[in-house]
Amino acid sequence: MNTREKILEAVLNNQPPATPLPDLAMFRNGGPGRPSQGPGIVQQYIDIFRGIGGQLFCVDELDAVKTLIGENFDTSKRLVTTLPELGLIAELYQPAADPHSFKDVELAIIRANLAVAENGAVWLTEDRMGQRILPFICQHLAVIVDTSTIVPTMHEAYEQIGVGNYGFGGFIGGPSKTADIEQALVLGAHGPITMTVFLIK
Amino acid sequence: MSEAGTKDHATLAKEFNKDEERVDWHDGALWWIRQKRDRSANQTPQWEELREAASSIKNHLLSHLHEYLLQFEANLIKNGVKVYWANDAQEHNEIVYSILKAKNIDQMVKSKSMLTEECHLNEYLAERGIDVINSDLGEYIQQLDEEPPSHIVLPCIHKRKEEIGELFHEHLGTEKGLSDPTLLTRVARQHLRNVFLTRRAALTGVNFAVAETGEYVVCTNEGNADMGAHLSEVQIASMGLEKLIPEKKHLGVFLRLLARSAIGQPITIYSSHYKKPRKGQEMHLILVDAGRTRQLGRPDFRDSLKCIKCGGCMNTCPVYRKSGGLSYHNTISGPIGAILAPNIDMKEHADLPFASTLCGSCSNVCPVKIPIHEQLYKWRQVIVKEGYAANTKALSMKAMAWTLGSPDVYTKVGKAGRWFLKHLSFTVNNKLNPWYRQRDMPEVPKESFEEWYKKNKDNKDKDPK
Repeated sequence: MNTREKILEAVLNNQPPATPLPDLAMFRNGGPGRPSQGPGIVQQYIDIFRGIGGQLFCVDELDAVKTLIGENFDTSKRLVTTLPELGLIAELYQPAADPHSFKDVELAIIRANLAVAENGAVWLTEDRMGQRILPFICQHLAVIVDTSTIVPTMHEAYEQIGVGNYGFGGFIGGPSKTADIEQALVLGAHGPITMTVFLIK
Repeated sequence: MSEAGTKDHATLAKEFNKDEERVDWHDGALWWIRQKRDRSANQTPQWEELREAASSIKNHLLSHLHEYLLQFEANLIKNGVKVYWANDAQEHNEIVYSILKAKNIDQMVKSKSMLTEECHLNEYLAERGIDVINSDLGEYIQQLDEEPPSHIVLPCIHKRKEEIGELFHEHLGTEKGLSDPTLLTRVARQHLRNVFLTRRAALTGVNFAVAETGEYVVCTNEGNADMGAHLSEVQIASMGLEKLIPEKKHLGVFLRLLARSAIGQPITIYSSHYKKPRKGQEMHLILVDAGRTRQLGRPDFRDSLKCIKCGGCMNTCPVYRKSGGLSYHNTISGPIGAILAPNIDMKEHADLPFASTLCGSCSNVCPVKIPIHEQLYKWRQVIVKEGYAANTKALSMKAMAWTLGSPDVYTKVGKAGRWFLKHLSFTVNNKLNPWYRQRDMPEVPKESFEEWYKKNKDNKDKDPK
């Protein structure tokens, strides 16, 4: 008997009698009587994202983002985006590039699939990232979020994500951080030092 | 482990307690995290329902583990991930070594993984000429100091910033006396960036693995797991069998609970879902038993396998906060470590279930509702029955059983005890009796309740006040 068979046999012999899965319906929209959309959850998203150390701008349209990026980031350095609409202010990412070649990226600008009001996180799949490494290796991360994609809690987020046809995806909820040294909060551990969300109406 | 040697928790805790100022600071730092957890939990509607749901999902998982393991394996293979099974630490380490050797890799970067700490993977690979760097800042600091992590979420919570500054000065050439947390973090960031960019292999732990889709989720705040994984050509994940969850939607429950329970954050900064290797990359996943199937077969203790490693029980535990994680001489310290460790080696860890006041605070904060303090109590019984209890404890317990078992002896011993405490208190309150190390004697009552009652029974009738 090889290791696999040995382990599986031990599991089968030792697992307890069957118990049922719980029904998660009660958690929809963060509980009974809570809003599933509208200004309430948008404001919650804004407050929580700022609370976790993120920078957030509410804008009417994508064009406004161009100006804000010029005002808030060092545009003399390397800016990379996956949005063709921003091709004039940032380099359009190349799918074939070696991930290591992004090591000098100052700002990456990408578009989120959705955002979660209860924790401020955005959900990004590989195709939105361009390359998996991009939102992690850049010094600063900017994410475009459409107001209409904000969901109240993680339960609705997973409802939308479904099984998902991606190789890699992730929630990102703010700038990278650590408090490993005497519990002192430091923004900018190994990932980006700042995270900015441009919330489009 | 090296530091602990053969000393037990009480001895190591005593050493930690020598520096009173440090103990107070350690106690306060962890209590502060506990308070953050409380605030976060109180702000989350249906918190108790979420805990209940998480507990039920894990119960269900354990009761169907066989079928979910098969489903997970099939989905991993479909996703292009190579799957391995390891019976114990030795097999796990051999598998990692063989994967690296096949690609002629002699340097690897590793994100936080308690399992590989448990397996002593770094030491095993070092002996074979493979250099491993831990990339989580706390684990990196512990590695520089050649010490195991003292906490599963906050690996160097017991260290002062000046000590970390000294380590950086010695190993990374920073200025002597530098102790500012932001500056030290920046130095580590720079240093580890070069590591990430030059390592061809990256190993990560696993927080949750989804049977339904064959993907696994790794949660970090630092982004170190992703920096390593996405720059590597060989990605390895090591996971204990119990990390599985049945369906993807269950992640919603666990990700809502994990970071809130751990440090009072609404979600970890990164919750990365790894499903398929990227083009040109290899992905390997090792499923490790290492005692888990044995624990599954212990009805009194199998609940411990539901643990999602938030560390909440450590932050709240009065014994952990005042004795430090390293005094548990086990990779996973604190209350949860004390119920996991005896399953691995009952003799070596016989002392750990006794390192608790059984106050139950751990069970109250546990996001998956493991009755930790009840399991600690049950382990004590098993350990005593198996003859592994330390001699002093076993003797005093026998004496107690004898006293409580006979009313006559109880009365006489009580009388003698009060006389002793009053007239010869030094015979009890001395350094041979560990109870008095941090305590002083209460005032000795003149008589027992029984004696008082007998005397006052008649008075009461006369003067009912």
